[in-house]
Amino acid sequence: MEVQTHRGNIVMNTATMAYRNLLKTIHNPDQFMDVIVQPIMFMLMFGYLFGGAISGNVKSYLPTIVPGILIQTMLSAASGSGSQIREDLDSGVFDRFKSLPMAHIAPLAGQLFADILRLVIATITSLTAGYIMGWRPVAGFGWVVVSGLLAIFTGWAISWIFALLGLLAKSASSVQSFSLMIMLTLTFLSNAFIPVSTLSKTMKFIVYMNPITYVITAVRQILATGSWTHEAVLVLIFGIGIVAVFAPLTVWAYNRNN
Amino acid sequence: MNAVNAIEVNHLTKKFGNKTVVDNISFNVKRGEVFGLLGPNGAGKTTTLRMITTLLKIDSGNVSIFGHDAAKEGRLARSMFGLTGQYASVDEDISARENLMIFSRLNGLSRAASKQRTQELLEEFSLVNSADKPLKDFSGGMRRRLDLAVSLITRPALIFLDEPTTGLDPRTRTQMWDTIRRLVEQGSTIVLTTQYLDEADELADRIAVIDHGKLVKIGTPEELKKQIGGTKLNFTIDQVSQRTLAEKLIVNQLGQSVSCTGPNLSTSLSSISQLAPLLETLQHSQISIGNLTVQEPSLDDVFMNLTVGKN
Ligand SMILES: Nc1ncnc2c1ncn2[C@@H]1O[C@H](COP(=O)(O)OP(=O)(O)OP(=O)(O)O)[C@@H](O)[C@H]1O
Ligand SMILES: [Mg+2]
Repeated sequence: MEVQTHRGNIVMNTATMAYRNLLKTIHNPDQFMDVIVQPIMFMLMFGYLFGGAISGNVKSYLPTIVPGILIQTMLSAASGSGSQIREDLDSGVFDRFKSLPMAHIAPLAGQLFADILRLVIATITSLTAGYIMGWRPVAGFGWVVVSGLLAIFTGWAISWIFALLGLLAKSASSVQSFSLMIMLTLTFLSNAFIPVSTLSKTMKFIVYMNPITYVITAVRQILATGSWTHEAVLVLIFGIGIVAVFAPLTVWAYNRNN
Repeated sequence: MNAVNAIEVNHLTKKFGNKTVVDNISFNVKRGEVFGLLGPNGAGKTTTLRMITTLLKIDSGNVSIFGHDAAKEGRLARSMFGLTGQYASVDEDISARENLMIFSRLNGLSRAASKQRTQELLEEFSLVNSADKPLKDFSGGMRRRLDLAVSLITRPALIFLDEPTTGLDPRTRTQMWDTIRRLVEQGSTIVLTTQYLDEADELADRIAVIDHGKLVKIGTPEELKKQIGGTKLNFTIDQVSQRTLAEKLIVNQLGQSVSCTGPNLSTSLSSISQLAPLLETLQHSQISIGNLTVQEPSLDDVFMNLTVGKN
């Protein structure tokens, strides 16, 4: 007796894989701890430590660091996808995924789509922490949502880079330490915590070479002006570009089979 | 789907670095057959299976599954078999039911069909009571059963099992054997790997012995046993002084060499019918004997014979 099957399509396979990954996180809700604890910690530490020194007081520092910490959290949430993929690959269950007649991008895309939930939680936590500390964005709630969505999209695009890293790396722990390094370098060598005008010429150059600077600037501008600036358009295109380049690369890495 | 053979493997080779792990292996698996890949640790069984099932790129050689080239028509080939890997390939973090549902959906079953098939398999593999518990609480046997159940979602005509009973206790092992036999009755073709000779003997119609990546021998369990000579005959003589005489009589009558240590003599029979005349001859010369044992060769002997000295 044959079982009725129909050729699964990419969208359905990806949806099933995303559902699988959501189930996994729902069974292990502590996976969300990092994206909840980290932004709160950074917000408190940086706000109260440097607020006075950099902007005179905590409240006037918040419009600088809320977008900074938001994007920093996106980066670390995105890097989590990489180590998760590596862990999955090592667990044997991917052998079964590979032996199924389904689209090869589905397990990867499924993971990254499910991880949007992490990005959303991280965004809400960052913005809420800022709000509780007294941050009142002038642009209004609608634009806060828009900036959050832009941050989430950027984080999601960047998660494809980390997915590739995860596929190429030897172990989940090496992905983790490498990701942490990238995350710290990219955020501290950007305008996340400081006004660029205070920097030396060389440092300015480095900061403007860092793409994360533009992402943070775009989010700040949206929140400050309540409008869709051309920086934001640039970031959006940049994000689409990353996905266009890295999605095929990750599938290639996945298919390498030694 | 008219090919006679379920699988044809031709000159399969795989190197890791400059180490040849699978070395020019060829064999066919007929439809409805249970085919055993037997070999010690590191022989290359898993690597061979992973290449056949398209999980690993083939360095040279080719594989066809029901007449379809596994490399060129990978997706089609994959749709025709189920695979249970050596290491549990189910999701640890979710329940048995969720595993079956997800893999049903990924196999292209509709939501309703997935639900139904999941229930069927949970019942068939006695997992109903633990269906919604996390897999972390599962015993090795339950995990293995779930693993197999997941491979059978589409009722594939061809099933690969990589060491299906390694790590199971004797009772669970026998249950797994029964399950495999049931699949055979339903007409499935099965390829299994094992390090256990008794398992290959119990289940397989034909066995390929693999060692150091090379196919050493292929045949039915009987053929392999025959290959290392006939039945072993051991006995002791009551009076050691008669040993030389006894030896001479045996050599004359059987044309086989005899090995002796003290009062113990052993030789081999090419057929069991030689036993009665031999005993008669010995009695005739008033040689009285005891502790007589007749031993059919076991696959263990075959295995040792084929792989010993090379490790
Ligand atoms: N990805 C790999 N890279 C390098 N060497 C490998 C790789 N996979 C397997 N090997 C080597 O290939 C040889 C055969 O391994 P394989 O897993 O096929 O053996 P096996 O017969 O399945 O053994 P076991 O009974 O232990 O499962 C081993 O020496 C192993 O170390
Ligand atoms: Mg193996």
